Amino acid sequence: MSEIKIVSAPEGIEGAGFFATRLDKVVGLARSHSLWPLPFATSCCGIEFMATMGSHYDFARFGSERPSFSPRQADLLMVMGTIAKKMGPVLKQVYLQMAEPRWVIAVGACASSGGIFDTYSVMQGIDEIIPVDVYVPGCPPRPEAIIDGFNRIQDLVKSESMRRRNSPEYQALMTNYGIK
Amino acid sequence: MAIATENLIADLQSTFGTALSNFEEPYGLLTFQTNKDSIIPVLKYLNENETYRFRFLTDVCAVHYPTTKELAVVYHVQSMENNFRLRIKVFIPESNPKIPTATVLYESANWQERETYDFYGVIFEGHPNLVRILNVDDMVAFPMRKEHPLEDPNRIDKNDTYFGR
Repeated sequence: MSEIKIVSAPEGIEGAGFFATRLDKVVGLARSHSLWPLPFATSCCGIEFMATMGSHYDFARFGSERPSFSPRQADLLMVMGTIAKKMGPVLKQVYLQMAEPRWVIAVGACASSGGIFDTYSVMQGIDEIIPVDVYVPGCPPRPEAIIDGFNRIQDLVKSESMRRRNSPEYQALMTNYGIK
Repeated sequence: MAIATENLIADLQSTFGTALSNFEEPYGLLTFQTNKDSIIPVLKYLNENETYRFRFLTDVCAVHYPTTKELAVVYHVQSMENNFRLRIKVFIPESNPKIPTATVLYESANWQERETYDFYGVIFEGHPNLVRILNVDDMVAFPMRKEHPLEDPNRIDKNDTYFGR
């Protein structure tokens, strides 16, 4: 039997028979350990993600047991690979179809900046069309790097307010990208 | 029934006269030039001639020559029966890049001409649907022309000193 680890409880006040903490901490904890990713894999970074999902690296142990191939049920958009300019509107539509709260991770040099493909047909980073929470460097990044990027997303989810979409900063960001 | 290169050249020259020029055979591929008024009659002759039977259009593409401000439209045709290939070049000015469409002879020219239009801006007159085929529809430039910048000028992270230039 392997040792089963359980995440520690958020800070709060504990007494005989009760435990009091903030609701957003509990919700953040729950969310961060059940993020359903939507893999948007277009090239070699996607192959690395397949290794990440496989039994050796076992992406599912972070609560991403179910990669969602429907944007409607996904929490985290993982963009892995070169995004051609023609793919841009498709990617944006996938992002728009996701329900709040939603996070985006750009895996690899191409998704982050266009990478080596500085050319007429390739988008120079997906942040030209959608906001990105975490960038994972590498060409392609190893599964450890993808997992580390995912853990940074988990940190964000834990620490952000429960309804970040109501914050003026978030709304300004969305307006910036032309998303209502 | 093989095609003898000398006989083919002689026959083409007797049929089309001075409209054809610059016959050469780089790497064994018979190549010649013609002009935009003769290209369709030449292709039609090669296609419909019962001896030659150039029934297969391998490729239509273009080459941009910025020094002479010209675009070369290049046709590759093949005679499957005779196992013989031909390359025909037509030079048109960059300022007026118009040439008649080959879709009247080969259905396969449709997408090839769309691609050539997409990347070089060659206008194939009479083409049934001359719109972009590979690039995004709202692109305004023709990216394979030499004046098109190789790199995205909006990128600010590419400092020349890091790239040794």
